[in-house]
Amino acid sequence: MANYKNHVLVCSGTGCRASQGEEIVLNLEAEIEKNGLGEEVQVVRTGCFGFCEKGPVVKMIPDNTFYVQVTPEDASDLVSEHLVKGRQVERLLFTDPETKEKVADSKKMGFYKKQIRLALRNCGFINPENIHEYIARDGYAALGKAFTMKPEEVIQEIIDSGLRGRGGGGFPTGLKWDITRKVQAEQKYVVCNADEGDPGAFMDRSILEGDPHSVLESMAINGYCTGATKGLIYIRAEYPLAINRLKIAIEQARELGLLGTDILGSGFDFDVEIRYGAGAFVCGEETSLIHSMEGHRGEPTVKPPFPSESGYKGMPTNVNNVETYANIPVILLEGAKYFASIGTEKSKGTKVFALAGKVNNVGLIEVPMGITLREVIFDIGGGIKDGKKFKSVQTGGPSGGCLTEKHLDIPIDYDNLLASGSMMGSGGMIVMDEDDCMVSVAKFYLDFTVEESCGKCAPCRIGNKRLYEMLDKISEGKATEADLGRLRNLANVIKDTSLCGLGQTSPNPVLSTMDNFRDEYLAHVKDKKCPAGQCKSLLQYVIDAEPCIGCTACVRVCPVDAISGEKKQPHTINQETCIKCGACMDKCKFKAISIQ
Amino acid sequence: MTKVKSLADLKKMKEDLQSKVNLREKGDNVERMVQVKVSMATCGIAAGAKEVMNQLITELDNRSVDAVVTQTGCMGYCHAEPTIEVTLPNNDPVVFGHVDDKKVVEIIEQYIIAGKLVDGVIPVNYETVKEHKNK
Ligand SMILES: Cc1cc2nc3c(=O)[nH]c(=O)nc-3n(C[C@H](O)[C@H](O)[C@H](O)COP(=O)(O)O)c2cc1C
Ligand code: SF4
Repeated sequence: MANYKNHVLVCSGTGCRASQGEEIVLNLEAEIEKNGLGEEVQVVRTGCFGFCEKGPVVKMIPDNTFYVQVTPEDASDLVSEHLVKGRQVERLLFTDPETKEKVADSKKMGFYKKQIRLALRNCGFINPENIHEYIARDGYAALGKAFTMKPEEVIQEIIDSGLRGRGGGGFPTGLKWDITRKVQAEQKYVVCNADEGDPGAFMDRSILEGDPHSVLESMAINGYCTGATKGLIYIRAEYPLAINRLKIAIEQARELGLLGTDILGSGFDFDVEIRYGAGAFVCGEETSLIHSMEGHRGEPTVKPPFPSESGYKGMPTNVNNVETYANIPVILLEGAKYFASIGTEKSKGTKVFALAGKVNNVGLIEVPMGITLREVIFDIGGGIKDGKKFKSVQTGGPSGGCLTEKHLDIPIDYDNLLASGSMMGSGGMIVMDEDDCMVSVAKFYLDFTVEESCGKCAPCRIGNKRLYEMLDKISEGKATEADLGRLRNLANVIKDTSLCGLGQTSPNPVLSTMDNFRDEYLAHVKDKKCPAGQCKSLLQYVIDAEPCIGCTACVRVCPVDAISGEKKQPHTINQETCIKCGACMDKCKFKAISIQ
Repeated sequence: MTKVKSLADLKKMKEDLQSKVNLREKGDNVERMVQVKVSMATCGIAAGAKEVMNQLITELDNRSVDAVVTQTGCMGYCHAEPTIEVTLPNNDPVVFGHVDDKKVVEIIEQYIIAGKLVDGVIPVNYETVKEHKNK
C-alpha cells in the first residue's frame, strides 16, 4: 500500500483557487521537499469543500485537521509544525462562532457540512438496477413496518412528521392521504407526479434514476393507507433513462413479490404502471395530469373536486410528487420525531434543489429547510463564477420569482419564500450575476408560459401574450413609465382570474423583478439604457476617438455601412443605421470600440 | 428469484445481503478487492460516464486488479461529471471528479495500485441520515 504517511488536501475549487490555492500547493510542496518529507507526504488538489467563506481550506489526512483561511505564507508553519513536529497550528484552526473555541477535527465540524441526504439517501450509493442493493440498505423495510401498523397510525406518523408536498404547492402530505383514505370508493388510485416541467429542474429525474425503488415502496405504503391497489407513475417521455430504470425496478419488485398480490404475507395487493407524458408543463398540474392519463387533452379543470375525492376515472386519487414519496420511508424508519427535528416551524425536513446558473458548483443538493440562500449559494455553491457580483436568485421556476441581496439571509421555507414574492416550487434554483438583465429574465419566463399555456382560459392565453409584448417593448426601449403601471395591473388581473396554477403564478417573475429591481426597469423606460448590457436595442456601439487611428478596418466589415470617417482620422458610428451586430468591435485591433 | 413472503423473510434477506457485502469487503482477498462506483445519471452519461465505466473495466482487467465496477445514481456533483467513487479495502470511499481516459489510468495506477491519492478528489459535503441522527 501507500508509502505516504500523510496527505495534505488543498481545496482547488474555483473559489479557493482565486484566493491563491495554487500557490499554497506549490509552497507546501517546496516546504515538504525542504524538510525531506517528499517520500512521506503527498499534497493533493481537491474539489470544493463547500466552506468557501473560510477558504482557502487545507485538510490533513489521516488526522482530519481542518485549516481555514490559509495563505501561501502559512505553508512553512503547516509543514514544520504540523507535519514535522505533529503540533497543530492553532491560529489557522476554525473558531466556532458560538462557543468561540477552536475546532480542529473536521468530523466534529458537523455544521460545516450543510447538506443532509434524506430523499437522496441512496442516490450515488446503490446500483439502481439491483433491488438487492436497495434491500441491503433497508429497502422495503418501511413497507414491512407499515403492515404492522394500522393505516391510520401510518398516516398519523406522516402528519406528525410535518412533511409537505415537494411538487410546489406544499400541501401537508399526511392530510392529503387521510382525505383519500376517508372517501369511500370501489377503486382508488395512487399517482406519482414525475412530470417535472420547470426549465432547469432535474431533482425528480435524479431520484428516479438513482433510487427508483424508494418511490415504488412509498406508493405501496400509500396504497395500504388509502385503500388503493393501483399505482400510476406519470413521467415525461423525454426521461428515457429514468423510465428504463423504473421498468427494471418494477420488474424486480414483482419477481420478489414486493409488488403484486399478498405482499409480504399481509393480504395487501398492489401494482404499479407507467404512463407517459409528452412533456407539456401544464400536464404537471394534477387535474391536467389526470386528464392526460385518461387519454383526454391535458387541460386543467376547476378544483374542487380535488383528485383525492374525484380523480382518475372519477375515483379518489392520491397525487404526490416524486420527492415527496422519496421521503416517506425515512419518516417511517427513523420516526416522525426525527424528521420533524429538521427544518423550520412550518416546513420540516429537507429540500432537494437543482442549483444552476452562475455558481461555481452547479449540482444537485439536499439541504435542511431553514438554511439561508447565502449558505446555499456561497458555502455549497462555492460563490459566483469568475469572481463576479451576485445579483439575484430565481426559485420556483416560471411560477416563482427573483430574489435579491436583501433576501440572502432569510431562512428558506415555503412560507418565507412566498412572503418574499417567490415560492419553493419544485426546487429549481438559478443564480444570476451582474451581467444578467432582469427584464430579459422576466421575458424568458413569460416566453415559456406563453408557449406552455393550454389556452383554455382567456386571462392566461391572451393576458400572458400581452404581458410578453409589453416586456418586449420595454427591452426595445419603446415603453414609457406609464407602461410599467399597465404591466403591473395586467399581471395582477392574470393572477386573480386564471383557471389553474399556471396562469395564477405566471406573472410572478414579472412582479418580483419589478419589485426588487425597479431601478432597472426605470433605466429601460426612462433613460433607454440596459444597465446589464443585455438588451440589444438599447446598446450603442461607440468609437473612442483617442485609440482610433483611422485604419478603416471597421468600415470594411460593417454590413450596413454605418461607419464613416477620413482615413487616419477617428471614425464615428451612425446610430440610426447601426444594427448592433458587433462585427466592428471584433475587428478593431486597437480596442477603440465599446458598448455603452 | 425466490419471493419474499413475509417481513421476517425480508429482514433475513437484508442480513444475508449485508453479510455478503461485508464478505466482499472482508473476504480472503482483502488486499485486492476494490470497489468502484460510476455515477450514471443523465448528467453523468452526457459527460461521458459510460465510456469511463467501460474503460475502467478494461484497464482494471488488463492490470489484473480484482475489482467490482458498478453504476450508481447522481452523486450531486454535476459540475465535476463524470464522477467515480473508489473504495479501497479498509479505506474510506474517495470520490474523483472530471474523470476522463487519462484520469482513469492515473487513478488506477496511482491510487488503486500504488495507494497514492491523485488530484481531483471531491470532498464529501453532506451528511447521511445515520450521521445526522447520531450527532
Ligand atoms: C402549472 C403547474 C405545473 C406543475 N408541475 C408539477 C410537476 O412537474 N411535478 C409535480 O410534482 N407537481 C407539479 N405541480 C403541482 C401539482 O399540481 C400537485 O400539486 C403535486 O403534484 C402534488 O404533489 P405534492 O403534494 O407531493 O407536492 C404543478 C402545478 C402547476 C399549477
Ligand atoms: S391558466 Fe393557462 S394553463 Fe391554466 S387553464 Fe387557463 S389557459 Fe390553461
